[in-house]
Amino acid sequence: MLGFALKRLGLAVLVAIAVSAIAFLLLRASGDVATALAGEGARAEDIENIRRIYGLDRPLVVQYFDWMGKMAHGDFGQSLYFKTDVLALVRDKLPTTALLAMFSLLFALALSIPLGIVAAIFPNSWIDRACLALAVVGQALPNFFFALILILLFAVMLPLLPVSGSETWANFVLPSVALGYYVAPPFMRLARAGMIEVLASDYIRTARAKGLSGPSIVLKHALVNALVPIVALAAVQLGFLLGGSVVIETVFALDGLGYLAYQSITHLDLPVTQAIVTLLSFIYVGLTLGADLVNAWLDPRIRVG
Amino acid sequence: MTAIALRSDDGRRTTEDSGQIGRAGIIRRWVRVVCHLAVAALIGLCCAAPAAMAAKKDNALRVADDQVLDNVDPYFNNVRIGVIVSHHVWDTLIYRDPKTNEYQGQLATSWKWIDQKTLELELRKGVKFHNGAEFDADDVVYTLNFVSKPENKATTQSNVDWIDHVEKLDTHRVRIVTRRPFPAAIEYLAGPIAIHPHAYYAQVGPQGMNQKPIGSGPYRVVEHAMGKYIRLVRNPDYFKDSPKPQPQIENVELRFIPDRQTQVAEMLSGGLDLIKNVPLDQAQQLRGAPSLQVVSAEIMRYAFLQMDSTERTLAPQLRDPRVRKAIMHAIDRAAMVKSIVGETSRVLNVPCFPSQFGCSDEAAPRYAYDPAKAKQLLAEAGYPSGFDVDLYGYRDRDQLEAMIGYLHAVGIRANLRFVQYAAHRDAVRAGKAPIAVWTWGSFSINDVSAGVSVFHKWQADDTGRDPEVRELLDRGDSVVDPQERKAAYAKALGLIAERAHVLPLYSIPVFYVAAKDLVFVAYPDEVPRFWEMRWK
Repeated sequence: MLGFALKRLGLAVLVAIAVSAIAFLLLRASGDVATALAGEGARAEDIENIRRIYGLDRPLVVQYFDWMGKMAHGDFGQSLYFKTDVLALVRDKLPTTALLAMFSLLFALALSIPLGIVAAIFPNSWIDRACLALAVVGQALPNFFFALILILLFAVMLPLLPVSGSETWANFVLPSVALGYYVAPPFMRLARAGMIEVLASDYIRTARAKGLSGPSIVLKHALVNALVPIVALAAVQLGFLLGGSVVIETVFALDGLGYLAYQSITHLDLPVTQAIVTLLSFIYVGLTLGADLVNAWLDPRIRVG
Repeated sequence: MTAIALRSDDGRRTTEDSGQIGRAGIIRRWVRVVCHLAVAALIGLCCAAPAAMAAKKDNALRVADDQVLDNVDPYFNNVRIGVIVSHHVWDTLIYRDPKTNEYQGQLATSWKWIDQKTLELELRKGVKFHNGAEFDADDVVYTLNFVSKPENKATTQSNVDWIDHVEKLDTHRVRIVTRRPFPAAIEYLAGPIAIHPHAYYAQVGPQGMNQKPIGSGPYRVVEHAMGKYIRLVRNPDYFKDSPKPQPQIENVELRFIPDRQTQVAEMLSGGLDLIKNVPLDQAQQLRGAPSLQVVSAEIMRYAFLQMDSTERTLAPQLRDPRVRKAIMHAIDRAAMVKSIVGETSRVLNVPCFPSQFGCSDEAAPRYAYDPAKAKQLLAEAGYPSGFDVDLYGYRDRDQLEAMIGYLHAVGIRANLRFVQYAAHRDAVRAGKAPIAVWTWGSFSINDVSAGVSVFHKWQADDTGRDPEVRELLDRGDSVVDPQERKAAYAKALGLIAERAHVLPLYSIPVFYVAAKDLVFVAYPDEVPRFWEMRWK
């Protein structure tokens, strides 16, 4: 198990480094930072000056290793746009995004598990089809569009919730629904498939034979077993939710990491974009690694394979 | 700072980084169309919803902007909202009346040129900063000497680099010495050059000024939550002789909401009282909402189409003036203004904004829309079947596509390269953009030296490189006599049009959506004046 864990850990570190390097190169290729920083009307001399001040005139490889070295010491540099410490900026915005991701995940689970169960109990019926349709719509609808529909319905026509902002809990309701609905379909499919499989197994037949009631069988015996893969998926989806928050936070003007990412991309604020990409990739890699290790611990066959 | 650089890229329409119209672009456009339709459909339903009257009752104003202000200190940002905050929290030495364009004394009471490079100003007595400090010559001397030093890294250097140094003559008299003869100094002193309290600024610097801004203007900053909002409150001690009238609205909240659809939804739900830069199609839809008013104004920003006729050009056809003139005749600017730009816009004959000092089209020939003539000119130049060319642009994609349609109609097969502002500028400077469509806000400087001179004096963005034009503009930029300046600029603008270096397109309108009961006037410099707004 230790060997397996170390191997996975090594791979995870390599993936994280590769992501940071690719992100670094792609960001640099997306436009001249000095020109973007200088803004409209800047003269060629101003741009050259900025290039020199920020060390953008050095070779890319040198810039990358310089950044990696500093990051290893916890120094993510200064934001080119906000002119403050990147780490402080990211630390300031992370809680909002973490809250949003958590609420979204809770909403996704609260929506998808009951739907998955119902669909599994009545497979191939109209109920199953209706649940499937709901899931397909969630997956197919662009989340920013769904977000606008939610705003128009629940903030404009029925003024129940605020349109935008991040001051109160009410500000999180619509964004969590918009983001959560988008990630709900895979959970639903997994819950449905898991339940169908479990419901057809011998011990459920035995439970039925013992004369247990329907709800008791489904909730006490079947659901617990069908939930195992969902927990693993939830870990991965949480990483996805952190990344998916860029669009949703921008639409709802939620002042989190996603919104910061949008601003930093708009202004080609490389240190901030880079820090966010790196942080999110580390979280994603960490969560995947955790899920892998837990799975391996639960199922010895994975370790051998 | 201020007037300064408008948003570097007018970001909202500049999302695609690579050139051609990709599939993703088409899908995104369709999604946008669907969004607009949804908004349109629901506006009708929402009309019944009463707008929240809370703001009116509290004599407050809630405004949104899509750009986050990185630093409130006017010298250390280059976004439009920074200009707006600057004019409310700080004062300038001179004030330009936005209705008449006349200069009036603000922190200065009078001024005169001592020689070509020395401007002497008499300062106002009895003005107080928000922290209670008395305004005097030390504030002017410290602020201007600080921001004009390149090592202090003011964001828009061209706003301050004309200042060599400032001397104090006595407590209420200063002399500004310029690096070169700089007749536009008065305009800069009425725009980007805000005055800070010297003792406080020396103590806290630009970062401290960002955290706790102190000015002398009609509004004080009470709270700045970076990335979220800035809250302003009326300055009860604002000096009575200021050309800015005493403010009436008590509290102003500026919120940062990046998504325009969200801003519109906030307006419809009564969560905001004023938004700006609303696209034409949405503004037209919002006219139907009974609780809102749509105000349109022409702004000091104009569009022009630049044709690279230098030796390095990727389209050597453009070196022939007949080809450039064919392009001038090929595009129906009047029809574009009417149908897709907006009613407050107008067609221009020279590349400058009509209110700018020196902007005259008297010497410029008119190029009427005449596709037959365009074809004939192309044939005469040896291109009867047209040619292929790339057209670069970074905003207002619908307008770019209309131009491409017009060019195709006369045989010029233009290919759209829709890119980010920074990439657009790089392409022009590297000679990779044979045709580039720009919009230019001149940093809100009401003087052609902030526009025409940038694009026609052989600097990096000049793709015409006409020695005669350069000479005339040099003269206009450096002599102090207004008549001589005007004559030089008029001649230069005439030559630019006659030789078809650029095709002047039209002025750009801006659409504001405001609560119906708000008394609001829009001005060409894109600065809404909270101090003169009030609730009916």
